[in-house]
Amino acid sequence: MKNKISQFNLVIVGVGGQGLLTLLQILNEAALKEDYEVKSAEVHGLSQRGGSIEVYCRFGKDIFSPLVKKGGANLIISLETQEVLRSIHFSSKETTFLINNFFVPIPDQNTPKIEEISKILEKFSKKIILIPASDTCKKEFGTDVIAGIYLLGYAISKNLIPLKSNSMISAIKKVIPEKYLDLNLKTFHFAKKFE
Amino acid sequence: MEEILSNKPEEKIILLGNEAIIRGALESGVNFISTYPGTPASEIGNVFSRIAKETGVYFEFSTNEKVALEAAAGASFSGLRALVAMKDFGINVASDSLMPLCYTGVEGGMVILVADDPNCWSSAQSEQSSRAYSYLAHIPTLEPSDPQECKDFTKLAFEISEKFKIPVMIRTTTRVSHQKAPVLLGKILKKKRKAFFPKDPQRFSTMPPGIFDLKRKLLEKIEKIKGFSEKSKINSIKQQAKGEKRGIITSGVSYLYAREALKELNLNLPILKFGFFYPLPEKKIKNFIKNLKKVLIVEELEGYLEKEIKALAKDINPKLQIFGKKLISEVGELHPEDVIFALAKFVEGKYQIKKAEIPFKKRLPRLCPGCPYWLIISAIKKAIDPKKVIFGGEIGCYMLFRNPPIEMQDYLSCMGSSVGIAHGIKRATGQKIITFVGDSSFIHAGIPALINAVFNKSNPLIIIMDNRTTAMTGHQPHPGAALRTDSEYQMTFKMPGAIKIEDIVLACGVKNLKVIDPANQEEFAKTVKEFLEKDEVSVIVAKRICALLVKKSKE
Repeated sequence: MKNKISQFNLVIVGVGGQGLLTLLQILNEAALKEDYEVKSAEVHGLSQRGGSIEVYCRFGKDIFSPLVKKGGANLIISLETQEVLRSIHFSSKETTFLINNFFVPIPDQNTPKIEEISKILEKFSKKIILIPASDTCKKEFGTDVIAGIYLLGYAISKNLIPLKSNSMISAIKKVIPEKYLDLNLKTFHFAKKFE
Repeated sequence: MEEILSNKPEEKIILLGNEAIIRGALESGVNFISTYPGTPASEIGNVFSRIAKETGVYFEFSTNEKVALEAAAGASFSGLRALVAMKDFGINVASDSLMPLCYTGVEGGMVILVADDPNCWSSAQSEQSSRAYSYLAHIPTLEPSDPQECKDFTKLAFEISEKFKIPVMIRTTTRVSHQKAPVLLGKILKKKRKAFFPKDPQRFSTMPPGIFDLKRKLLEKIEKIKGFSEKSKINSIKQQAKGEKRGIITSGVSYLYAREALKELNLNLPILKFGFFYPLPEKKIKNFIKNLKKVLIVEELEGYLEKEIKALAKDINPKLQIFGKKLISEVGELHPEDVIFALAKFVEGKYQIKKAEIPFKKRLPRLCPGCPYWLIISAIKKAIDPKKVIFGGEIGCYMLFRNPPIEMQDYLSCMGSSVGIAHGIKRATGQKIITFVGDSSFIHAGIPALINAVFNKSNPLIIIMDNRTTAMTGHQPHPGAALRTDSEYQMTFKMPGAIKIEDIVLACGVKNLKVIDPANQEEFAKTVKEFLEKDEVSVIVAKRICALLVKKSKE
């Protein structure tokens, strides 16, 4: 018997080039596999030019808008630490922030300290999870391009996203090209070990 | 095999709005696709260029949207089903051909996909609502809300087009074109059509006095299509609510936000949703509004629907309170919470969300590391003091010259305009100008402007940034950097394409021309200094391949 959720709203932010669109594809496929209505919204072109990226994935029942409404996010995943500040208007007290502890400095601006960022986030939600996904991936696999998959793996293992691990794995297999599949699956499983 | 070509009917696959349009075209047996890259429509060209060979569909990247439309028109006159895809500004470029095309009508069905970009996610120039073209050209226009409608409306558009012998526009926005959702597939139609252009000047020539007959016929067609629109299921009332005196009228992506808003505020109001933006089903509208006390028009950008409803309400329900742009901004894209707020005000209720000010500046996009443009900028800075020279901007990756740390852009308008405006400034003031234009932009729109500068005697320094591709939109080929082989394009990288840009520049009468690799900083800087002193037009073709193509070029 499946305990179907009514609605799950996910916001993913990061910097162009961090693979947000691929993560979105995987989530879409996993939600479809579980027979949910699913919609996502993305923007193209900025990926290789390093600008701020914001994408959304919504699944459940009676899903109309592809955009998450302000204050409506269940989970906000940030692939770069500063970018999470751009997403705070999507959060409510119930929102969980899952943040990659990884800074891409913005030219001509001071990089805020992690404590400054946490202080701002705490005004919105107490559920803040900081994970060194990029550093861990670099150490373990020699590359941080899969940091997003690592975060998804962690999120699934901690039930932060109401999707089954098997659905995610089958989605990864569908979306990721053959030559990178092994690395992505390893990363997804490895993330479960993070405490 | 690509999933988009899957021929398992009743299968549901996740598609982008743009991919769904492609699928809809394939399910309609499309024969001819032409396009010029422009986000948010670029995927249509990208995917078709990949699948053209396999599907037997003719595909081309045309030099600009006007040519793309004309090419499709020629194919359609000859009996083929054609699809043209472009972003909003593309229809501006193509508009000169659009008007006569609606007069002549078409033979094979023709669908024009125009993708607007509210919020300018991938645009400069302006925040345009291309719906205005429906009125100007008298072109039937459909507005899908989601990927399923993108597919279904494309098929309907081909039907309408062929039935009434008129091109049909499908108008999307970024949040529709780049929305992903599961789409129920139909069957791909493979139908061979015999192409033949009939000699029939009465039909295809827009000379007076015949043109007045064509105009009358066009207006009659629109009346007939209005009848079709009246009966069409894609204009319908969602959520009937008996006795309710308040209603919503909407179309496109705004409909989705209206549904969310009603859920959020726990309201059950009737919604009249249009699939047709033009012609509107006036009888249906009058029936909907005649017994209402107030109506909320949920509409993004300019209030075209609001104007129409106000006009119709005058006779049928003059006391009707109409809310639209009073509650929903004309500027920027619509968000679900904007509609929730508007709806709350409309029903005189309350809605609150916590205010959140973003405490740091936006991370702006910049040139990629290793981009040849960095070299051009550094060479220019070696040659002159940027404060003493006017810099002309252009559409493409060099749009980013406006942002720090470069900040070398004093004006930016539309494609090809950097040269035209430079000429005007030069004739007016004589100040020193360096104006940038890309390889693809130059071919798209820059050539007439260059000839004009030579012919009408001004002397800007024009730097043609030849990075061997149409980069910003995803590295599509163009005639200066690729060759067409049968049904595919081959990027030529460091070798010349079908045409050589420097040959065109010479042919335009330019006497001061140099082709320089910007890695040669000294020569580049020296030439910039020298050319700025010239009394006639000078051109530097800065030739160095896009950083993102370097790997590909070596394979």
